[in-house]
Amino acid sequence: MAKPEKADLQSQRGGRRIPYVLIIPAMAFLFVFFIVPIITLFKTSLSTKPNRLVAEYDFTWEWDNYSQAFDRFGGHLLRSFVFAGVATLLCVLIAYPVAYFIAFKGGRWRNVLLGLVMVPFFTSFLLRTIAWKSLLADQGPVLDLIRWLQLDGVLESVGLMQDGRILNTSIAVIGGLTYNFLPFMLLPIYVSLEKIDARLIDAAADLYSPFGSTFRKVILPLSLPGVFAGTLLTFIPATGDFINAEFLGDVESKRVIGQAVQSQFVDLNDYPSAAGMSFVLMAIITALVLVYTKFMGTEDLA
Amino acid sequence: MSASRTGRKPWGTYLLYVVAVGGFLYLFIPLFTIVQFSFNEQKGKRNTEWNAFTFDNWAHAFKSSDYIDALQESLKVAAVACTLATVLGALVALAITRYKMKGGPFINMMLVIPLTTPEIVMGASLFTLFFNQDVERGFATIVVAHTLFCVSFVALTVKARLRGLDWSLEDAAADLGSGPLRTFTKITMPIITPGIAAAFLLSLALSIDDYIVTSFVAGNVSTLPREIFDSSRVEIPAQIHVIASMIMFVAIAIILIATMAGNRRKARLG
Repeated sequence: MAKPEKADLQSQRGGRRIPYVLIIPAMAFLFVFFIVPIITLFKTSLSTKPNRLVAEYDFTWEWDNYSQAFDRFGGHLLRSFVFAGVATLLCVLIAYPVAYFIAFKGGRWRNVLLGLVMVPFFTSFLLRTIAWKSLLADQGPVLDLIRWLQLDGVLESVGLMQDGRILNTSIAVIGGLTYNFLPFMLLPIYVSLEKIDARLIDAAADLYSPFGSTFRKVILPLSLPGVFAGTLLTFIPATGDFINAEFLGDVESKRVIGQAVQSQFVDLNDYPSAAGMSFVLMAIITALVLVYTKFMGTEDLA
Repeated sequence: MSASRTGRKPWGTYLLYVVAVGGFLYLFIPLFTIVQFSFNEQKGKRNTEWNAFTFDNWAHAFKSSDYIDALQESLKVAAVACTLATVLGALVALAITRYKMKGGPFINMMLVIPLTTPEIVMGASLFTLFFNQDVERGFATIVVAHTLFCVSFVALTVKARLRGLDWSLEDAAADLGSGPLRTFTKITMPIITPGIAAAFLLSLALSIDDYIVTSFVAGNVSTLPREIFDSSRVEIPAQIHVIASMIMFVAIAIILIATMAGNRRKARLG
């Protein structure tokens, strides 16, 4: 009897070390290629060039970089947040009913419908956006349809069209963002709706709750974690995105923060202000995420 | 059923159907457009205006060599980066779901933050690291970047799949005299493989499609999205639409087969 007990103890002792061995490679990788780069990004944002001829930057605690960056790119930052905010809202409005439909009305087609939602993931992001360029073009099918239905006057007056165009306006950029991030909103909402015990809904109906109040008091609260997770998964990449703005926007709506940062780093070599702006973006979003996790926990993000 | 009792079903349900059909159309119309333009007889340098139907593009799908080179580069990056990310991520997921350990919330945080970092910030920060350390940007730096944004994704996906699995099977095997290695290959591996495979496939999709992070760390190496973006100002050849359609059809086939297999397994289990 004593022998297996001893072996048990030993395996437990070894077992206690196993999880730490398993996490070390990934944690080391994340430290070197995520934490350290964020620190170098921060240092770069506070650096100056000693003179024009040198490529290197000196770390000088140059906080002025930030006020300069805000002067130059504050508008870009604001525009990105507005675009991302509107797109996220539209994503919720579209994704929720679709997810609800799949979860409660999908029946035996549920998995197939869910699979269909994943298909855009496997088609190039760039080409999907270029496809919208063809669809929304001045002689393209969407405008043809609108003109045939004689809706152009109405759309123009509510500001959804500008001078008879949709392509190359901020409306097209927001539409593109909404389109591209819709699956990221839909999947978490579906997951949280699917978890709801159907008996709860039946119970509410048995107690003569009209559907509206069942939805408000049972379904909606239980699906909120999915909405929150989807909001983060949509809003965060949408604020940094510049592909939709580049392909679908006009000169003004092309000026989003992602475009500014990328061109400063890759083409114009003004690293400190670009680093500053990306750091500000990261700080704002981290603050939002912390508030979120405070209320919702990190579990639902997966 | 329940709603009809209160007489609210008709218009609410129809509205739901309309929005759902509209939502699916919205998701799929651009995909149809891509397939449609793969059959377009291209007029001018950019294949964005419909002209006439042709099979030529599909017959000469692999004609334009810059894009084929870039596709190969993308596949190489994805193969290396996603394998690395899957190994690193799956080990973490296994550690936090299978074992009791301290620091769980911290590890979770470390995994979630990269996921909630906008791509431009990730790209910009890696750029400053490589610039400061005088690392030449190219294949290796792209692999590092792709591994980075896939690793959290894999870890959290696998974690979600492993949560709630019955680990007592391992103990049962050990009780019946199975050694640790045998228990791992016969019990643990079969349990965790489907989740890991799914995470690997999705990370492939992330890697092959990435433009933003890649643009910061690629140097002179051109991946497929980079090639498309950089040359889109000058040309958008129809071959691109053909390649994208092919990738999409393969993906749809995989999804259909996987869901049907899943349904059958469920049916068998009752």
